[in-house]
Amino acid sequence: MAVANEETVLSRRFEKVNTVLEKYGRNPLNLIQVLQEVQAEYRYLPEEILTYVATALGISPSFVYGVATFYAQFSLEPKGKHIIRVCDGTACHVRGSMKVLEVVREQLGLRGEDITTPDLLFTVETVACIGACALAPALMVDEEVYGQMDQEKIENLIEEMIEKEKGGDQ
Amino acid sequence: MNNRVHEKKALTIDGQEVALQNEKNILEVAKRVKVDIPTFCYHSELSVYGACRMCLVEVEGRGLMPACSTPPEAGMVIRTNSPRILRARKMNLELYLANHNRDCTTCERNLNCRLQEMSSRMGVDEVRFGEREHMVPQDRSNYSLVRDPNKCILCGDCVRTCQEIEGIGIYDFSRRGSRALAEPAFGKDLSEVECVFCGQCSLRCPTAAIVVRSEVEEAWEKVLDPEKFVVAQIAPAVRVAVGEAFNLPPGEITTGKIVAALKKIGFDRVYDTSVSADLTTLEESEEFFRRLTGKGGPLPHFTSCCPSWVLYAERNYPFYLKNLSSARSPQQMFGSVIKNFVTQLEDVPPEKIVSISIMPCTSKKFEARRPEFYQDERADVDIVMTAQEIIKMIKQANVDFRELDPIPFDVPLGLGTGAGVLYGVTGGVTEAVLRYAHEKLTGEKLTEVEFSAVRGEKYLREAEVEIAGRKVRVAVVFGLANVQQLIKEIREGKRTYDFVEVMNCPQGCIGGGGMPLAYPDREEIMKRRAHGLYSADRLSSLRKAQDNPAMKLLYEKWLQEPNSDIAERFLHTGYRSRKRITDEVIRIQEAKESQKVDIAVCVGTSCYLKGSYSILQGLLELAREHGVEDRVSIGATFCLERCAEGPNIRINEDIVTGVEEHNLREIFEKAVMSKLASV
Ligand code: SF4
Ligand code: SF4
Ligand code: SF4
Ligand code: FES
Ligand code: FES
Ligand code: FES
Repeated sequence: MAVANEETVLSRRFEKVNTVLEKYGRNPLNLIQVLQEVQAEYRYLPEEILTYVATALGISPSFVYGVATFYAQFSLEPKGKHIIRVCDGTACHVRGSMKVLEVVREQLGLRGEDITTPDLLFTVETVACIGACALAPALMVDEEVYGQMDQEKIENLIEEMIEKEKGGDQ
Repeated sequence: MNNRVHEKKALTIDGQEVALQNEKNILEVAKRVKVDIPTFCYHSELSVYGACRMCLVEVEGRGLMPACSTPPEAGMVIRTNSPRILRARKMNLELYLANHNRDCTTCERNLNCRLQEMSSRMGVDEVRFGEREHMVPQDRSNYSLVRDPNKCILCGDCVRTCQEIEGIGIYDFSRRGSRALAEPAFGKDLSEVECVFCGQCSLRCPTAAIVVRSEVEEAWEKVLDPEKFVVAQIAPAVRVAVGEAFNLPPGEITTGKIVAALKKIGFDRVYDTSVSADLTTLEESEEFFRRLTGKGGPLPHFTSCCPSWVLYAERNYPFYLKNLSSARSPQQMFGSVIKNFVTQLEDVPPEKIVSISIMPCTSKKFEARRPEFYQDERADVDIVMTAQEIIKMIKQANVDFRELDPIPFDVPLGLGTGAGVLYGVTGGVTEAVLRYAHEKLTGEKLTEVEFSAVRGEKYLREAEVEIAGRKVRVAVVFGLANVQQLIKEIREGKRTYDFVEVMNCPQGCIGGGGMPLAYPDREEIMKRRAHGLYSADRLSSLRKAQDNPAMKLLYEKWLQEPNSDIAERFLHTGYRSRKRITDEVIRIQEAKESQKVDIAVCVGTSCYLKGSYSILQGLLELAREHGVEDRVSIGATFCLERCAEGPNIRINEDIVTGVEEHNLREIFEKAVMSKLASV
């Protein structure tokens, strides 16, 4: 069942890209809006889709790529199902947010410049203040805030989430 | 005083009064009175970008303004060198240098670098803003150019060059802050994008961020190997530019000195590419005559001696590949002559002979590596060195170039005609063909050999020439952006020609990507180079390809006659449609069962415009209708290299061309359903 879903998703998404292109009259001046809607569909901007968009708009792929990498709202990498945002605002920074980040990444086995786990379950990012300075260091998982993070709390949190994901599959 | 200046429409630069002559910006006014304002991002042939801030000048009452983008006004009082400006420029340079990998001594552009020169000129003695933090890998993916993004100062010259001159747009600015780069889409290498290796970007890059890929070391190795017989050919344009590197005036013809230098270095034979240009003229003209008289391929006839243009045509104009002359370029013709004829002439076995060409062009490096130009795995041209590289080699050899006594090329393949020399400048091929065509078709002697209509600096020149009672319409064009426009108009029926000469580089090979950088005054240097070639033609005792005794030798001893079977085999070639974007597939429907059929619909530019999207939709529906969604994978791919016959799809390994809405069902049932039935 889950697989069949994935499939209709593929072709629906591509149809959506074409609808978006038509909606904006295949006009290169609307590139940013087109990219926003494409990203809403795919959760990120896959390379081949950007190439397709460039073809359809009659502009060079390097220009599309330039725009997609300039604005922080666009992502060229697949995002995980859950987004963990480690706060690196001033308050959290002073209280060791970099250590938090390190532990989170280590727990998830992220290496080098990777921000998303290979199973596409988690993406780890840093953000500026999330308005929970009193609980610094803080992080967010999707929409939920967790405060006063230390090694143990992080480990528990992540273990719990992984468990839940596994359970969900069975 | 101010009033007087007003009346005369003049302004003042550094205390000097200058009358205005409709200049577009302050920079041009300054140039006229020999005030050399520093620039990185200004090039008279490109649009004004105005971002590098090197050209700041102080305008009285208005403060600091960029000279490249400020129009001159009568009465302006301008200083180009106040302490405030000097401080601003220095600070600016320091900021560039902070993010720049400053390894000058081991850098390809050392002592030939505008960033370096400017830093020295402005007296930058420290960089207060640190070092480059993240090093990114170099791009050594192709035969022509090396990119080192760690040296990019984001002046945008390459971005505008490739967009405005080439009409391709390989580079754009990407990312932000200290990670910002001017780079190809998705950070890809040049070999993975639509680059035609013309090197125009490299010519204008003020740093070593884009440089010619050097083959100097390989050349030394061969030249110093006593077992090898090393034969050089020197292209026309090179002779009017090598002198620039040795403080001789641009445009000075230094052929004899270059030959002398190569002999000192140890080349066994040095020949003139003008000779094979003459060969090209004969072969290509005869081919053109056949087209003209309806006995050969279609018109217009397009020239094919520029490898960047050929590559571009293969990717973008599949419908014109039959119009492209089958004659190989002069470099490749000479390569073939060296490996098949010089071997006999000198009695050296092919495995001992090394053929090295000295070219104005980075794209020639790519051309020489095309598999068509190999015989039994041996290349016709082993090494291609640009003018920039031969200059380095001469310097490394400790030769005092200025003092060398000139010596002539080796015989019998060292005497090119004036017509052959003209190949180095746009219009030259056309002129050579016209000189031949006139005599050949009318049987009369041509006395007035100069065709001024195809000369000049304009990017498009047209002429109608009457030959043997027939009007022949010719066009000469350079810069692929201009070519795109011209071809569009030809396709729309707005222009009609019989013969079109296409060169990628502005003004032809004298503007090639492997030539010396032509800095600071590109316009002037280009004029002089062109003038140098025109005078070389005028000074030649032989000015028509057909008068070259070497032709007689080659045809009598080997090739029989132009376009003979043997000439076709050794001097001609073929072309194929090539894809523009490397293998990327958009997955649209994934078959779940293992016994399945894979369909890829081409959504490359050509097919997309012919409606491939509706074909894609149609296929999805047909699969649903036949209840085989689980057994058919559908994807979109970017080009199947059959653009002329599109829209195209691929079913497993087979390409099906000419797929349209009305025949889609039939194709699906025949090609897809039958395959499914048989698995
Ligand atoms: S690009 Fe110029 S300044 Fe930079 S390292 Fe090379 S020579 Fe030096
Ligand atoms: S690569 Fe060269 S030309 Fe292009 S932006 Fe960088 S420094 Fe300028
Ligand atoms: S070599 Fe020519 S085609 Fe390639 S990026 Fe440079 S300017 Fe563009
Ligand atoms: S700084 Fe982290 S929540 Fe404000
Ligand atoms: S040359 Fe004027 S801003 Fe760069
Ligand atoms: S675009 Fe080249 S085959 Fe479709």
